[in-house]
Amino acid sequence: MRTLLFVIFWACLLCTVAPALAQTESELDALRAELAQMRADYESRIAQLEERLDAAERKVAERQQTQAASQTTAQPDPWLPDTAPTQTASNRTGLSNPDLGVIFMGRAWAYDNDPDEYFIPGFPLGGEAGPAPEGMSIGETEINISANVDDKFTAWLTTPIHVEDGEVAIEVEEAWIETLSLPAGFSLRMGRFFSNIGYLNTKHAHSWDFADQPLPYQVFLGNQYIDDGLQFRWLAPTDMYFELGGEITRGGRYPAGNHGSSGIGSYTLHALFGGDVGYSHSWQAGISYLHADADERTTGHGHEDSGHEDADHGEESFMFTGQSDLVMTEFVWKWAPNGNWKQQNFVFQAEYMWRNEDGEYYTEHDGDLPYNTDQQGWYMQAVYQPFPRWRFGVRYDQLSMDYPGDDFIDTPLMPTGNDPRRYSIMSDWSNSEFSRLRLQYTLDQAGLEDDNQVGLQYIFSIGAHGAHSF
Amino acid sequence: MMKTILFVIMLLSTPLVARADLNIFACEPEWAALADELGGDKVKTSSATNALQDPHYLQARPSLISKVRSADLVVCSGAQLEIGWLPKLLQKGNNRYVLPGSNGFMEASSYVKRLDVAVSIDRSQGDVHPQGNPHVQTNPHNIRLVAVAMAERMALLDAENAETYQQRLQDFTQRWNTAMTTWEERGAALRGKRLIAHHKSWIYLEDWLGLEELATLEPLSGIPPTASHLSSLLNRFPDTSAADFIIRAPFQSEKPSVWLSERTGIPAVLLPLTLGGTEEASDLFKFFDDIIDRLLNASG
Repeated sequence: MRTLLFVIFWACLLCTVAPALAQTESELDALRAELAQMRADYESRIAQLEERLDAAERKVAERQQTQAASQTTAQPDPWLPDTAPTQTASNRTGLSNPDLGVIFMGRAWAYDNDPDEYFIPGFPLGGEAGPAPEGMSIGETEINISANVDDKFTAWLTTPIHVEDGEVAIEVEEAWIETLSLPAGFSLRMGRFFSNIGYLNTKHAHSWDFADQPLPYQVFLGNQYIDDGLQFRWLAPTDMYFELGGEITRGGRYPAGNHGSSGIGSYTLHALFGGDVGYSHSWQAGISYLHADADERTTGHGHEDSGHEDADHGEESFMFTGQSDLVMTEFVWKWAPNGNWKQQNFVFQAEYMWRNEDGEYYTEHDGDLPYNTDQQGWYMQAVYQPFPRWRFGVRYDQLSMDYPGDDFIDTPLMPTGNDPRRYSIMSDWSNSEFSRLRLQYTLDQAGLEDDNQVGLQYIFSIGAHGAHSF
Repeated sequence: MMKTILFVIMLLSTPLVARADLNIFACEPEWAALADELGGDKVKTSSATNALQDPHYLQARPSLISKVRSADLVVCSGAQLEIGWLPKLLQKGNNRYVLPGSNGFMEASSYVKRLDVAVSIDRSQGDVHPQGNPHVQTNPHNIRLVAVAMAERMALLDAENAETYQQRLQDFTQRWNTAMTTWEERGAALRGKRLIAHHKSWIYLEDWLGLEELATLEPLSGIPPTASHLSSLLNRFPDTSAADFIIRAPFQSEKPSVWLSERTGIPAVLLPLTLGGTEEASDLFKFFDDIIDRLLNASG
């Protein structure tokens, strides 16, 4: 019985457990399936996630890259200037407006003959011509002031300060306004200026290659022709340099000289040509003409700074009334190896001038004497800079004239039989562009007696220093 | 008479030859070359100076005045490099379109960061430039910046070809940037090298490549080397441990650098300061190629 019960119990148990077992079996399968499903799900989801992660990572990287890139463009370019560029030139000195510069010139001269007695028979000296005083003296101390007035005009002022008869004199050597904006290659200058005739006439004394001007400049132009008036220049639009110009001026200074005249006392014309030959050579040639009316023009043998131009070493003074016509031709040739000017250079220049003076000389003794005479003058010079700082130069200058007539025998207007001439040599040393010391020797055979002349000169420049022309 | 003169003047005023679209007058060869890169056949360029000339010392030659007269654009380094002659050319050139302040006048150095801008000006320091050192072309980044400004200016003056200039600028900039990467990679070996320069012509190069300038052969800027200054340099730099190069440009006398080099063993190096300064430096790209080549060769 107990066995039966046990069997039944077991049977029941089995009955109950069996379905349960069967149930568990199917559930397990389901679970397994679910699990597999889940695993597949997860795997795909992980894959998705991984994909998304990758994408996200890529995106971040990209963003970082673009950010980095944009950062570099946003960052200021390290090579850019701190201030906005301007279109104005810094090729001004930039020190001040207006540009201000001072040129100091001093000299010491020794002569065999008395320079106060200097005169060239037949060729009365005009203007500032003549030898510098004996001994030490400062020449001109030149103050240059310049600036653009506005976009259409520029202005220039040169005021030399010098001592005249022990008194300090301030002069207006140049004071002009020039146009900047005329069309078609024209420009107009008005005021007081160095006339554009010849090569040396426009050069300021500090840029001369010798301490003094050649004889034809001294005799025909009173060193340099400066006058008040109008000047025009026109530059051709050609490859070869070709400039035409002209001036109408008051005619207040030698070789003109109609003090107080209200008309046009003189006029000039000039034509200039120039070009290069290769890199090493360049040249300029020109021809110019000056017509001047003279009305009781006084000349003498006075020299600069002495102030007694009419003294005529004790004799009466001569006054010329008439017309003075001057034709000048110039030629300049410059050479520097490859055009590298600083190391080595050579300049040759020559000018020939022809003058006719037609009118009459008034003398206290004889009254009016008719005068119609041709005069010629020329010079030739060469300056060589073999190495930086040092330059060496030679110059020959000469005058000649026709016989003025028997009326002028025993007057300063009668030439001697020999043509006046000079031989000069010079050497100068420049520590920088702004300083120069010069030694010059001249054998002067222009006066009545030969004269040995030795001069020392210094030229210094402070402040703004304008560019030099060719 | 007057009529004949006027007629002749009018005849001469009309251009005699057919002109290129833009006539560009450059003061230095590098800007002429850059204008050519940007303008191609739309521009006609000329340079006032060549690589064998010291651009600070030039004669205001008649031929240059004529060129300024017919220029549409004047491009110069500026910062007073051309102060001794350019103002004269502009004054005598009678061309209102290229005067400072107008669109036809451009100073390259005002588009880059100028170095050595003087705080005080005293010529006892030599011929210093108050607006900074003008030799900006020795850093290719400066060329890149000037190119942008120049293309803009060319487009402004010649609107018809503005697109061409812009396109050529992009093309140039791309090639230039690639080239700069190469130069900077090669130039990395030069970083920290010490040099003695004839004149302060190289400070933009030094800034770019990380070179160190110890002294100049000129006692003061613009003043030619003197015997006493050279012997003091010999004391300061007795041998190759003191410096790596002695550098000069083609237009500077070779004597001082050779003299010092012979006594110290420090190699004397000739570098082109602009295009044409050496045979190799035949265009803007080769100019920098050659500078790097020569410095690398000299540093062994």
